[in-house]
Amino acid sequence: MTEMTYRDAMRSAMREALQRDPRVFLMGEDVGRYGGCYAVSKGLLDEFGPERIRDTPLSEGGFTGAGIGAALGGMRPIVEVMTCNFSLLSLDQIMNNAATIRHMSGGQFNVPIVIRMATGGGRQLAAQHSHSLEGWYAHIPGIRVLAPGTVQDARSMLASALADPDPVLIFENVMLYNGTADIDEAAVVDIDSAAIRREGQDVSLITYGGSLRKALDAAERLASEGISVEVLDLRVLRPLDDDAILASVTKTRRAVIVDEGWRSGSLSAEVTTRIVEGGFWNLDAPIARVCSAEVPIPYPKHLEDAALPSVDRVIAAVRSVVGK
Amino acid sequence: MTTSAKVRLNRAHCVDLLRQMVRIREFEEKCAELYTQEKIRGFLHLYTGEEAVAVGVMQALGPTDAVVATYREHGHALVRGISAREIMAEMFGKQEGCSHGRGGSMHLFDADARFYGGNAIVAGGIPVAVGLALADKMQGRANATACFFGEGAAAEGEFHECLNLAALWQLPVLFVCENNLYAMGTALERSESETDIHAKAASYRIPSEFVDGMNVVDVEAAAQRAVTTIRAGEGPRFLECRTYRFRAHSMFDAQLYREKAEVEKWRERDPIPRFRDWAMAAGEIREEDVAAIKDEVAKEIAEAVAFAEAGSWEPLEDLLKYVGAERRA
Repeated sequence: MTEMTYRDAMRSAMREALQRDPRVFLMGEDVGRYGGCYAVSKGLLDEFGPERIRDTPLSEGGFTGAGIGAALGGMRPIVEVMTCNFSLLSLDQIMNNAATIRHMSGGQFNVPIVIRMATGGGRQLAAQHSHSLEGWYAHIPGIRVLAPGTVQDARSMLASALADPDPVLIFENVMLYNGTADIDEAAVVDIDSAAIRREGQDVSLITYGGSLRKALDAAERLASEGISVEVLDLRVLRPLDDDAILASVTKTRRAVIVDEGWRSGSLSAEVTTRIVEGGFWNLDAPIARVCSAEVPIPYPKHLEDAALPSVDRVIAAVRSVVGK
Repeated sequence: MTTSAKVRLNRAHCVDLLRQMVRIREFEEKCAELYTQEKIRGFLHLYTGEEAVAVGVMQALGPTDAVVATYREHGHALVRGISAREIMAEMFGKQEGCSHGRGGSMHLFDADARFYGGNAIVAGGIPVAVGLALADKMQGRANATACFFGEGAAAEGEFHECLNLAALWQLPVLFVCENNLYAMGTALERSESETDIHAKAASYRIPSEFVDGMNVVDVEAAAQRAVTTIRAGEGPRFLECRTYRFRAHSMFDAQLYREKAEVEKWRERDPIPRFRDWAMAAGEIREEDVAAIKDEVAKEIAEAVAFAEAGSWEPLEDLLKYVGAERRA
């Protein structure tokens, strides 16, 4: 086991991929000389050179599409988009090309691209750098959407994503980069299933990414009140692991979903619906949700904190569904 | 008809150029007919009038080069070597089509021909072409990628982003602007502050030229020059082909935005009779060649329609196919 940060884990995963496969290269804004907006790729330029650690102009649609073309041409690109807000400039390429070319070509072509982007609020970066748009991407057939919420997944999901013949999007919550954990660098993880991060009996707390830590903290505090919380980390936002979700809720008979996206039309709405469709008769209480407030993320800290899911709000939601 | 060409204009080549243009013309006319019979549905964008562009450019490409085209791509697909029968079956939505019926008129694909669509987002294929060229360059392959788009694409951000990227990274891309003067119904001078499209490419330091897109020999000559330099590792080239579509934008277009007289004036420059008459006067093509082409093409298209008619519908239980790999690593 090795102790490392989430940021170092992601870098280590990229380094390994670059060493193992000459087709792999990293491309994005300031990934090279600058070392990455969040310092994830720091040092890789010296090790692999400017062809494979490729700085791009500020042209999200252009370089994301170039990544798609390079994938069609036999490469295994990792495209980094600084934040998911900027990825809206790539959305045409992701949706209209990456996600559809296999289908439009009747299965003749596939697009083995990995697109990484930072997501989430909490750093006072205001309303154009702080949103959580992974739920939107999870709407799109033809792509796989990952949200590594642990250091281990940050280290291990990339290899599985690169091995996938179809486009994979990886959302890295900005509040996780400095977190540390002991991990197994050689571990291989799947990119299909959700994972139970804490076993419990009374309520299922279903979450992912940057909210996982909050859910675990809430579960710990609730344990001291005698409420046994199961924490399910979705890990893969598309396709959702329905079996794991329903198995947990069938056991606990109650569910609270924590999603940093906005509540309306959200991933939390999708998870809620699947529980209702597949497990309605097993429920003992209405499903509750903790999401971001329906406001562009504000700059001042007290307002940003109030807009994002918090441990206190999670605890309050759990109490409401267990009737305590 | 003058040529600045280093094009080898022997009889066989002249006959082939004419044959390819006639194939496209007749294929498109048949498509229009089949559309009125509701055999072909959806949007249908015909290439009639612009044949010299696809035929001329494609002469410069070899089998390992790549092609990215637009939603007006039947002609490109035909000249690139996708069979008329597979294209027609695709138009019908039959599973024998070149995209298994899933794409239709706007999304023709073929892996063997390295034909990457059939892209119906204006300028949406340009980044893909740049990426294909990047892959070729990174893997040391001396291929070129030909990227076709209309002049309407020059108003899109992806066009400018990609010209910059291709020039910055010196990628082996041949950008081919098919300037037919109208982005759907919007005339060039109503949408561009600078109507000289090839000048935009020059501003990205991409060697750029314009050519009479109604003259197949000029187009071929320019494409050959460009591809030769691209293969030599000299980076991208930009070719603006000035052309005109004789038919409507799509089958739903009443053409309120242009005068009939303008269409008629351009029809006088129709690339097919123009080249045919020139080549016959030059003694390269004979009456019997013209007659033979007519017969061959009629037969090919009749056979393509019969193939499409006889094709089968994909079973409903296959609806969710081609969304992701059936087996992952």
